[in-house]
Order: sequence, then C-alpha cells, then structure tokens
Amino acid sequence: MSVLQVSELTKRFGKFTALNGINLEVREGEVFGFIGPNGAGKSTTIRILLGILKATAGEAKIFGKDAWADAVEIHKRISYVPGDVNLWPNLTGGEVIDLFVKLRGGNNTNRREELIKRFDLDPSKKCRTYSKGNRQKVALVAAFSSDADLYILDEPTSGLDPLMEQVFQQCVMEQKQSGKSILLSSHILSEVEKLCDRVGIIRQGKIIETGTLSELRHLTRINLLVKTKEQITDLHVLKGIHEIDEREGVLSFQVDTEELDVVMKHISQFGVVKLESTPPTLEDLFMRHYEGKAGAGGRS
Amino acid sequence: MASQINKGIGTLSKFIIRRDRIRIPLWLVGISFFTFIVPISFTELYGSQEQRDTLAQTMENPAMTAMLGPADLSNYTIGVMTAHEMLLFTAMAVGLMSILLVTRHTRGDEENGRIEMIRSLRIGRLSYLNATLLVYSLTNILLALIVGFGLYGFQIESMDLEGSLLYGVTLGTTGLFFAGVTAFFGQLSESSRGTIGLSIGFLLVAYIVRAVGDVGNEALSWISPFGWITKTQIYDENNWWPMALMLVVSMILFIVANYLNSNRDLEAGLLPSKPGRNSASVFLQSTIGLSFRLQRTAILSWAIGMFVLGVTYGSILGDIDSFFEGNDVLEQLFGSEEGNSVTTQFVSMIIMVMAILATVSPVMTVNKLYGEEKKGRIEHILGRAVSRTRLMGSFLVISIINGFVMISLAAIGLWLAGVSTMEEPYQFGTIYGWGIIYYPAMLVMISVAVLLIGIRPKITSINWMYIVYSFFVLYMGGLFQLPEWLSKLTPFGHIPQIQLEDMTWLPILILVTIAIALTMVGFIGYNRRDIGR
Repeated sequence: MSVLQVSELTKRFGKFTALNGINLEVREGEVFGFIGPNGAGKSTTIRILLGILKATAGEAKIFGKDAWADAVEIHKRISYVPGDVNLWPNLTGGEVIDLFVKLRGGNNTNRREELIKRFDLDPSKKCRTYSKGNRQKVALVAAFSSDADLYILDEPTSGLDPLMEQVFQQCVMEQKQSGKSILLSSHILSEVEKLCDRVGIIRQGKIIETGTLSELRHLTRINLLVKTKEQITDLHVLKGIHEIDEREGVLSFQVDTEELDVVMKHISQFGVVKLESTPPTLEDLFMRHYEGKAGAGGRS
Repeated sequence: MASQINKGIGTLSKFIIRRDRIRIPLWLVGISFFTFIVPISFTELYGSQEQRDTLAQTMENPAMTAMLGPADLSNYTIGVMTAHEMLLFTAMAVGLMSILLVTRHTRGDEENGRIEMIRSLRIGRLSYLNATLLVYSLTNILLALIVGFGLYGFQIESMDLEGSLLYGVTLGTTGLFFAGVTAFFGQLSESSRGTIGLSIGFLLVAYIVRAVGDVGNEALSWISPFGWITKTQIYDENNWWPMALMLVVSMILFIVANYLNSNRDLEAGLLPSKPGRNSASVFLQSTIGLSFRLQRTAILSWAIGMFVLGVTYGSILGDIDSFFEGNDVLEQLFGSEEGNSVTTQFVSMIIMVMAILATVSPVMTVNKLYGEEKKGRIEHILGRAVSRTRLMGSFLVISIINGFVMISLAAIGLWLAGVSTMEEPYQFGTIYGWGIIYYPAMLVMISVAVLLIGIRPKITSINWMYIVYSFFVLYMGGLFQLPEWLSKLTPFGHIPQIQLEDMTWLPILILVTIAIALTMVGFIGYNRRDIGR
C-alpha cells in the first residue's frame, strides 16, 4: 500500500526547471529517505506535496488524493517540519506549538509536555530569542504532538546538537513502530542510514536512484584493507579496483561488488595476514553518483 | 583609558559609511529635493503678495496652527511660507532618518550578533556606538550645509543667507537630536523593533504636544523639541537660540547613551523583558486569532492615533466660525454653498482626510499576509489543515473590522471634542454618518490590497502610492488647483458629500460592487498561485 505517490512530477519556475519528471513512492509503515545536495529539488518536491506550490506537470498524491486540490483534507492526516523554521518573533514557543497543533486539528497535551521535556525546550521564551536549533525543536514538538499518519520532515535536524539528534531519531522510530509512514529529507547521511528503509536520491531535479539500502549497495564498492606476506603485484590490472593506496605495508583500495570474487582470488595468492572490509557508507554511494557524471563535484 | 574605550572608532566609522553608502545619499538627496522643490513651486503658484495673503488668511485657524505651527501671517513671504508649511514635516522626516539609521547600527547590529563579533576584535567598548553617532552627526552637518546653501542658492527674494543657513541648521540639529534620542532608547530596549517603536513614539508625542501647545497652552510647546523648531521663525525673526538649546540637549543625550551603554551587558536592555506564556490562550488558536495577535500592537496604536486625531480636530471646531466670520475671502473659499456654515465645509474636509488615514491600518493588515509569506511563515499554516481561502479570509475579516473601527473612532473623537467646544454641537448621528459614508471607499482600497496579494504580490506597494495619490489629490488638489477628473480616479472622490448635497446611493453601490469583485479575483488568484519566497 503506498501512502504517497509521485509520478512524472515536473516543476518549472519561469525558464528554470526545478523538477524534471520525478517519481517517488512512500509505502505504508516505512521510513523513506529523500537525499540530495542543496538545490537538488528536495524542498520544492515537498512543497508540491504540501500543496504550497503547484506542479507544472505530473501527479502528486497522498492517501490517494491530489496534493494540490485536496490539500486541506490531506493535511488533517499529516505532520510537517520545514527545513528552515521561521517563527513569529513576538510569540512564545509554547504558543506556537499550541497554535500549530490546533490548526491541524486535535490536541494531545500529554504528548506535548512529554516532548517539550525530551527536547529540553523552554516554551515560555519568545521565538525571537531562540537559536536555529530551538526553533527546530518547536516545529518538531508540534509535529510529533499531533497524531499523524504521514510525517514529512525536511532536513529536520540541521540545527540540533548530537544529543537532540538522538531524541529525534527515537521519535521517528517510535512513530515507525506504531505503523506510521515518514518521508525524511536529509543530507546527514548517517541519519538516513540509521532510520530509513528505502532511499531516493535526487540530483538536479531528477531522481537518480531509488531502492532499499541493500539494493543500492550492489551498485557500489566495498572498502578493503589488506596486509599480505608478499607484495601484491598486478593489482591495477584487474577490473573494478579503485583508489589504491599503500601505507606502512597495508594496502587499501575499493572494489566493485561484482568483481569481489576475482579480486579475492587474486590477492589470496600472496598470503593474507590481515583483511578488513567495510561496507560502503551512504556517503560513498552518494559520492559515486557524482563521479564521472556531468557537472561532477556536487558535494554539498 | 578613554582612548582604550573608543579604540578603533575611525575604522568603524569608515565601515559604517561603507555599509550605508547608498542609504545616506538617498536620504540626503530625498530630503533636500523636497526642501528645494517647495519654494520653487511656491514662486510659480503664489507669485504675488496678494495671492500669498489669501493663502495666509486660510492659514489663520487653529487647525492649521496645530498642524504646521505658528507663523507671522502678516508677513507671508515665500520664505516665511516655505518655513511655515514645510519645516516641521521635513524635520520629522529628518528625525525618522536618524531613528532608522541609528537603530540599524546600534540595536539592530547588536540583536543580530554582529556587535559581538566586532567587540571580540581590538575595539573599544563604546567605539561602535560612538562611531555610529559620529557618522550620523557628520551626515546631519552635511545635510545642514546642503540645505542651507542650497536654499540660498536659488536666490529667491525674501530667502536670505542667514535664514537659509538657519533652515539647514534646524534640520541638521533635529537629526542630531533624534540620533541622540535613538541612541538613548537603544540602551533601554532589547530589540531594534522596540528601539524604533519607542523613538517614533517619542517623535509623534513630541509633535502632538507641540500641536496642543501651539493652539492653547504656550508652556506646553516649550516641552517639545518640535516647539523649539517652530520658534526659530525662519526668514522672519531668525532665532538661533532654540537650535543652540536643542544642540545642548542632543549632546546630553549622547553622553547619557554612552553612560548607559558602558554600564550594561551586551544584548541586554535596561527595560526588563518579561517571560511569555507557556501555552497559547484559546483566543490565539485559530487563523483569525493569529492574524489579530500578530498586529495587535500596531492596530491598537493606530486606533489610539485615529481617536486622538479626531479629538484634536474636534477641539477647534468651536473656534472656526468666529475665525471665518466677516472674512470675505475665506467665506468665498470655504462657504460658497448656501445654507452651509464654514464649519461644515471644514469638517467635511477633515473627515475625508481622516478616512484616507483610517485606510492605512486595514491595508497594512491585508499586506501582512504577504509579509508573512516572504518571511517563510505561511507554510507552517498551509502545511496544516487550513485552506488558502480560510487563511486569506482571516486577514480580510480583521482588516474589514479594523477599517470600521478606525473611521468610527476618528468620528467619535471628532464628535466628542466638538460637543465640548461648540455652542451648537452637531448630533452624533450627523458626524458619524459623514464619517462612515467613506467606509465603502475604504473597502475598495482593502480589496485592491487583496487583489494584489492574490495575483501580483510583488507590487503590493502600488496600493500605498494609490493611497498617497488619493490624499494628495483630494487634500492638496485645491491648493495646487488640480483638474477635477484627477479626483475621480480614487474611490474617495466618488463618495457623495452628504453634508453639502443630497444622499445618492448609486456611487456607494458601485463602490461596494467593485470591492466585492476585486476581492473575489484576489481570492481566486491566491488559491491558484505558488506560495513561497
């Protein structure tokens, strides 16, 4: 069952094409990571999903309803945290939280107090005195106080300290365990790795890859650290070997997953003393997509 | 020690000039331009002494004295006329310049954490404040020189060198004075908003105190710096000493600001800021509640202002007839219609001006919706279960009530004060009716704001120009002898003058229809367009 379905979504601002026919799907009960560098189109996509921007072409559906036409109906069942939380300087954090919860419909005071405590927020302060992290906490408390079926979170942790990031991750996991769906946009990759079931990678307005983390890993390389009795020769001749580096007799390099068998057979000839392998991080995966493609170097 | 505390003042001054290299010239050019254009146009419009004397006679009433201050109306030369009609308003503009620019570099920079970075460098504790004061002292001296020699440079008869220099010095000293006032309030308040609010509040109170003083109580106008300004009597008596007094007070303000600044923590204010509410009141928990709450202070200030304005004009109604009595010229000018007293003519003019002013606050209310959008706060609302129609509707409802309250308060104030000063006061219903009949025109202005936000939000400022145009054409139209059709381009020009003629419903009906139509188009547009920055 898909909760959120985006097909061939295109958005142009004048001559500039921000989104070029993207496809996305968030299934019920999953955490979907939406990653990409700044300016790739993450926030534009999310704003279309919220009915704040109107798509030029294509379809965006949440709970089977049109994101633009049925925005209000949809919003009764979702919770949203924007990437840049701007609040009213003359209202207090507590007032803003209550207002947000009320505007969405329904109220859950117990949860509110609990979350304020967990996120360590002082709700009696005016928003003008809050730091970026504190403004984000206000939005997060408001979002998690509401009982939503789908959470749309746009880089929600960019201003939080590591401790608060953990609280956030717990909140996400709790929601997931109670069967809620979450769309999490981020460029903090460790977070996405920790939380997400599936990811979609967007770049320059196009989805370049979608799948579970393990599905995507077959595309990428494994990092190997090898020490052998004899000097390994002819390594660079083999297919699928990258970034060879030698330091104090220890050889490190990357191997394309599909070439692993051949490589292992080759190096075992030289008498392996030590072998460490690390799975690719999402960061490697991410970087790999930018290598060799047009306009590479888009590390954000 | 003293050199330590002001270390780096030269570098910082250059830095401030660099940051304001556009702003400062813009203000200087703007203020001098409006100062120069007035005597030039007066020589064209009121070339002969006869014409000027006619105008002087229309000035001879408390309302004008309240607005412009006293002048020697028996010697109404181009020079006296310029100083009388322009000096106070220009001085207020100069005051505003100082308030905005000084706040920007004191509380503004402090609030945004920039002064913290500067203070961590080899910079004295008071350097930034004093660099700001130094730069704006120089700016105001420059203004004094430009205006002083500029006015003299036009070689208009009756505008001699001494008077022209005093004119410039008066403006410059006013600027210095308000730089001091702002630096002082900047120590008290914790935010730049608060600083600007307190300083502009001071400016307005000073103006009103002077107005009341000039009309009734001489001693009162001595309290107000604007009272000192009108006492210079430029191009007539050329009194320099009020400006000497103002200069001394400015210096005292500079010193006090320095003292307060050196004795407080960075980013602290001397006025305590109170902790806020832990949770929202029932009242805030809706879009209407939010849209009111965001503008509560502004709306309240405007409401008080409109009421005071009504009272101010009402308090002089009793004197109007005696002023005009036996004065043929004036009776011709104002009381041409049969069966209508001069007072009625005067009241009808005042009410129209009040109606246009009463439009400002409701239009600000609607424009706030776009302000919120630009600041990225609308997505919080629309991201929840709130439709665009409901959101815009909330702001519109507040605006419509706002406008009704504004014009009502002005009319009530006018009537209340009128009752106490007039021998045969107007009925409440009469005055209130004259005021409320402008409400449809105000609705049209509100609907223009809705329309612009719905379809072309980037040009919302056009509505302000439209309001300024309405004011200019209807109020000054007589003075500058503008053709009739210009006043038909604004909704205010279509309101039947029921104090002078019979009521006709057709224009009212048409205005309301236009307002509804424009509002509807605005809503449709707002429901269709992208929201964002």
